[in-house]
Amino acid sequence: MALLSRKERNLVLDPLTDDNPITVQVLGICSALAITAELKASVVMAVSVIAVLAVGNVVISLLRNVIPNKIRIIVQLVVIAALVILVDLILKAFAFELSKQLSVFIGLIITNCIIMGRFEAFALGNNPWHSFLDGIGNAGGYGLILIIVGFFRELLGFGTLFGYKVLGDPIEKTGLYALGYENNGFMVLSPMALIVIGIIIWVQRIKNKELIED
Amino acid sequence: MEHIELFFKSIFIDNMIFATFLGMCSYLAVSKRVATAVGLGAAVIFVLAVTVPLNWLLNEYILKDGALVWLGPEYASYDLSFLTFILFIATIATMVQLVEIVVEKFSPGLYNALGIFLPLIAVNCAILGGSLFMQAREIPTLGLALNYGISSGIGWFLAILAIAAIREKIRYSNVPAPLRGLGITFIITGLMAIGFMSFGGMLTGGDEGAEASEIGAPVMGVETEQLQNESNNTDKTISVLDNQTLTKE
Repeated sequence: MALLSRKERNLVLDPLTDDNPITVQVLGICSALAITAELKASVVMAVSVIAVLAVGNVVISLLRNVIPNKIRIIVQLVVIAALVILVDLILKAFAFELSKQLSVFIGLIITNCIIMGRFEAFALGNNPWHSFLDGIGNAGGYGLILIIVGFFRELLGFGTLFGYKVLGDPIEKTGLYALGYENNGFMVLSPMALIVIGIIIWVQRIKNKELIED
Repeated sequence: MEHIELFFKSIFIDNMIFATFLGMCSYLAVSKRVATAVGLGAAVIFVLAVTVPLNWLLNEYILKDGALVWLGPEYASYDLSFLTFILFIATIATMVQLVEIVVEKFSPGLYNALGIFLPLIAVNCAILGGSLFMQAREIPTLGLALNYGISSGIGWFLAILAIAAIREKIRYSNVPAPLRGLGITFIITGLMAIGFMSFGGMLTGGDEGAEASEIGAPVMGVETEQLQNESNNTDKTISVLDNQTLTKE
């Protein structure tokens, strides 16, 4: 990591844990929860958000001295919407099934608060390279939570990971199922996404006492 | 009849917070006190009621495949649906601004009540989500679109009102320190979502097959499909079990 100075390294690494957008800053939960029933969808969503945020941060940072303060929200929305349309079209072209599955949630990246939040809080006041790193870090932290939630929900709900039957076959009764293990169909339903995130927050705050609210 | 059905379905079964997690950010941020929650909830109903029908018109006459045919037959092959996101969000941002100006002029009381929340709403996922779901579910008429906007707004309002009331009370409870604040709110929301799932059979009288084909439209399509697979699996396991018991007997 000799390429990056200490400050630059912190820009990427902080949001992954102690300054995580979802569990600490409470941003971008909207689109995060509904698509985490399967790991594959979570990974695609994470990659899409990383792409949109990193590129968007750079664009806004380059334009930061030209954008009039009063209409900056509209400018930001246009930049995000254009990037999201690109992501949507790319997904439709190369992963049509998955894009059908994610349905409106790709479009909802536009109103994902992480993106607006980082534009406002960081890209408007920093140079493009730092903004790029900040984008990677924050979207990465968001993606990390998505992937953790997707991992547990798919593993416990379907007994699969990326569609591979890692716990054995529930119908043929092989692997764990031979011992009487059952899939917990409840994990697939939407309420469990909330509860899994609640538990992640719990674990994180046990480890880092500074984050505890009164 | 379909109006009543859509109304109750949008409030209870497809509740924006509990079924599709839309507008979670402001739901978590502004639910510390009941009074502010009511203000934001009312603003959301108001803005949804304006933007969903407006975006329905845009979708019907500009964006849909072949929607431009009213300009003349040579436009029939145009499909502008890739512009959906940018047009919808522009409409929402403008409408929010407009609504703010109009309300300020004609009803200062309402403006003071909604005031700070209106600009916040432009980037609330519930608003854009309402329009996108309206498009994805192919709501057929303008009246139904208006109905959908208002009723999903009411659903959101109910959810934020409930959580704000619970959070006011939970301050007196002895929650484990690391769970305090955000963590317990997530878990309570999860439990409330489980509660709302029991409305699922409301319109079909608990007939699961009919319900899956009806509600399983684009939105929850994924999950319903998975559920069906799941229930097929359980059916199979049950039949396997039956066979086993039979052979044992």
